[in-house]
Amino acid sequence: MGEALSLTKIDSARQRAVAEALRAFLPAHAVLWQEEDTRPYECDGLTAYRNVPMVVALPETEAQVQRVLRTCHAMQVPVVPRGAGTGLSGGALPRGDGVLLSLAKFMRVLRIDPLARVAVVQPGVRNAAISDVVSAFGLYYAPDPSSQIACSIGGNVAENSGGVHCLKYGLTVHNVLKVRGFTVDGEPVAFGSEALDAPGYDLLALAIGSEGMLAVTTEVTVKLLPKPQAAQVVMASFGDVETAGHAVAAIVAAGIVPAGLEMMDQPATRAVEAYVNAGYDLEAAAILLCECDGTPEEVADEIARVREVLARAGATRTSVSRDEPERLRFWSGRKAAFPAVGRISPDYYCMDGTIPRKRLGEVLNFIGEMERKYGLRCPNVFHAGDGNLHPLILFDAASADELRRTEQFAAEVLEKCVAVGGTITGEHGVGVEKIDQMCVQFAPAELEAFHALKRAFDPKGLLNPGKAVPTLRRCAEFGRMHVRGGQLPHPELPRF
Amino acid sequence: MDAAIGALAERIRAAAESRRPLRIRGGGSKDFYGDELKGEVLDTRACTGLISYEPSELVVTARSGTPLAELEAALAEKGQMLAFEPPHFGSGATLGGCVAAGLSGPRRAAAGALRDFVLGVRLIDGRGRALTFGGQVMKNVAGYDVSRLLAGSLGTLGLIVEASLKVLPRPQQEITLGFEMPAARALQSCNRWAGLPLPISATAWHDDRLRVRLSGAASALRAAAARLGGDALDEPAAAQYWTAIREQTDRFFAGEAPLWRLSLPSGTAPLALPGAQLIEWSGALRWLRTGAAAAAVRAAAAHAGGHATLFRAAEKQAGAFTPLAPELARLHREIKAAFDPAGILSPGRMYPEF
Ligand SMILES: Cc1cc2nc3c(=O)[nH]c(=O)nc-3n(C[C@H](O)[C@H](O)[C@H](O)COP(=O)(O)OP(=O)(O)OC[C@H]3O[C@@H](n4cnc5c(N)ncnc54)[C@H](O)[C@@H]3O)c2cc1C
Repeated sequence: MGEALSLTKIDSARQRAVAEALRAFLPAHAVLWQEEDTRPYECDGLTAYRNVPMVVALPETEAQVQRVLRTCHAMQVPVVPRGAGTGLSGGALPRGDGVLLSLAKFMRVLRIDPLARVAVVQPGVRNAAISDVVSAFGLYYAPDPSSQIACSIGGNVAENSGGVHCLKYGLTVHNVLKVRGFTVDGEPVAFGSEALDAPGYDLLALAIGSEGMLAVTTEVTVKLLPKPQAAQVVMASFGDVETAGHAVAAIVAAGIVPAGLEMMDQPATRAVEAYVNAGYDLEAAAILLCECDGTPEEVADEIARVREVLARAGATRTSVSRDEPERLRFWSGRKAAFPAVGRISPDYYCMDGTIPRKRLGEVLNFIGEMERKYGLRCPNVFHAGDGNLHPLILFDAASADELRRTEQFAAEVLEKCVAVGGTITGEHGVGVEKIDQMCVQFAPAELEAFHALKRAFDPKGLLNPGKAVPTLRRCAEFGRMHVRGGQLPHPELPRF
Repeated sequence: MDAAIGALAERIRAAAESRRPLRIRGGGSKDFYGDELKGEVLDTRACTGLISYEPSELVVTARSGTPLAELEAALAEKGQMLAFEPPHFGSGATLGGCVAAGLSGPRRAAAGALRDFVLGVRLIDGRGRALTFGGQVMKNVAGYDVSRLLAGSLGTLGLIVEASLKVLPRPQQEITLGFEMPAARALQSCNRWAGLPLPISATAWHDDRLRVRLSGAASALRAAAARLGGDALDEPAAAQYWTAIREQTDRFFAGEAPLWRLSLPSGTAPLALPGAQLIEWSGALRWLRTGAAAAAVRAAAAHAGGHATLFRAAEKQAGAFTPLAPELARLHREIKAAFDPAGILSPGRMYPEF
């Protein structure tokens, strides 16, 4: 995967020229080029891929961002935007021939309008900070990625991030009203509006999830929701994962859309329990967490219905959070799943495929097969309500062979997700990590359409180039078949 | 590709070659919407039928020519619905036209817009190529979000042959409350209520009367009704009322005066424009019957931070849609050219320059 971006060699004459050009309008502390200063930016949350950037720019004002872009554009220097660097697909992986544009200094909440229920914030504001500052008004910002205490809203917009509550409350795209920023040549743009729609094409939807490749975000207007009066979580245990999967479908089929619906298998709950003590049932092969929110009456009704459905669906045990601290404790385990797994293995590799829920059993069995095939362990956490899987392959990056096996393992699982009618990424983005699997999910004409859209915003291909959308040549070299609608060209042949 | 889709693709290819414009049309229920209708009609209705619907997956996939009424009936049978309550504007409305028009009804402020429920589309672009974007799963960030870009594109980027939409369970119960109050107070109240955890699913104000619909579990509705006050409408009358708002068959929408659709930040104070107003979406949507100059209406909307669409009018010299800022106009032209380089798909329907 890394090969297209392995531009690690830095041309020092070019570096000096670019740093000087930026220094013409940025203070010294906002232009980094010495390796000891630039090294901390060499990767995002996908640490297996690293490149030290040629220059790091840390502007503080929109005018400075605009000048950074204009300068780089004039000098034909690629620009990679970066928020908090928690991305899990290498979207913010720098280039040795490029400028890393950090938006980390854009930390201000610009305006809160409690009556209209919107907040206008700078892109570097942390996701959780938004809910914190509007909490006094009884409001919150709904999408809650597990990384919410660290990740930035600018990064959330770029990745269309989700959280454990997005089944009911939606993803970033459903909760952002407007994005302001600049195209790569420094032209100011605004997508969306503080009204509920804007004239013309829905460029806001196009910009959200575009992995920092269409525009640099410098301001985000988010929608705020009233905090539910009450919320409770049901924790249910199951003797096998497949039954747990059916239970998820049964809840939805009963006409219930819970506020959150998450699953963890036993290897995941054991790792988590040792780390945060969330109170999970460690004997269960899988547990489900189902949150109900609303008025106290509504929550009581829904919890009763959910428990009934779960019992019928074969839950071996259910328990309901008795108070707010216990509810938060149940969630703390789920939200700490990645770091918890990080403690039991030198490295872990997080996948993000999304599948139709009814194929869950099949895909989990497939993952089990892959564990045996590649000799690597793989606990599973799962946004069960919306079919988004996060299998975590445990490996040791110090071993080149383990890394290679991990990549193959992951590739096979992602391709399986496409084959059952799903997608290679539900919320973490393609970045550099899953770029080859894009060749499996999309036909050449579709990839071409993506490139054409990219050219509309960035004709010279200077903004975060080489990410997310593979060239057709790359796909030809990768040589994997494009599969469509679950139909392989020759379904009768064994594939793996 | 089946025969119906193949035939449509062939028509588009031929039109691109001869540079003869086509106007994509389902039931024609939204012919009134947008600017000029140019070109030969390309009827999508042969391309019809439900492809898959699994209630427990909360997803429905259907061909574009499928009558919207048929689709909604299939969902209702399983206790589900299109939560954005798309207006049909006529018995012939199709799914494709619904997605291409991108319009949402009374539940929009609470549940989200049509584009929020689009999970995937198959389309034929202006070169006659079949392309698929998105899919049938709730979360999908592989590639740019072209499916949502197609929502509201009015047939200018491609012919939608198939769409997958997220569906939701129907609420267990609904009640509608009525209040006598002037516009300013209605706007204040609606915005304040929207910031409280209340199950409000629609609001409409007109003629000093505000109606508020609540949807959800019986227990939640009882608690909310007690808190809000007002008088409960009887159920059949309430259902009729919301249908009349959604379908614009209410008396407010009758007559010849131009109908403007103003999309504004919801907290905007009542606009000082001449003519009658009907306010939905807690203030974010304002229908205006006025003979006032287009420039004045657009200026008032822009001043408030929104935009104004000349929705229904005998004469649309001023353009149906608010003109775009230069950089956005450039992006629109480039995007249009990316999907329809020959410029043959519904040219001029959205903006005169493409
Ligand atoms: C422990 C852990 C748990 C996580 N849990 C979740 C989860 O539950 N759900 C989820 O969706 N994700 C999750 N993530 C992934 C990650 O946190 C999100 O993708 C997040 O949105 C990234 O934000 P960031 O500020 O760190 O962006 P970065 O990593 O800095 O950048 C991500 C992408 O956004 C672009 N970008 C950043 N800022 C801007 C800007 N201002 N303008 C233009 N482009 C920009 C970058 O170029 C890059 O392509 C998790 C990550 C970790 C490490």
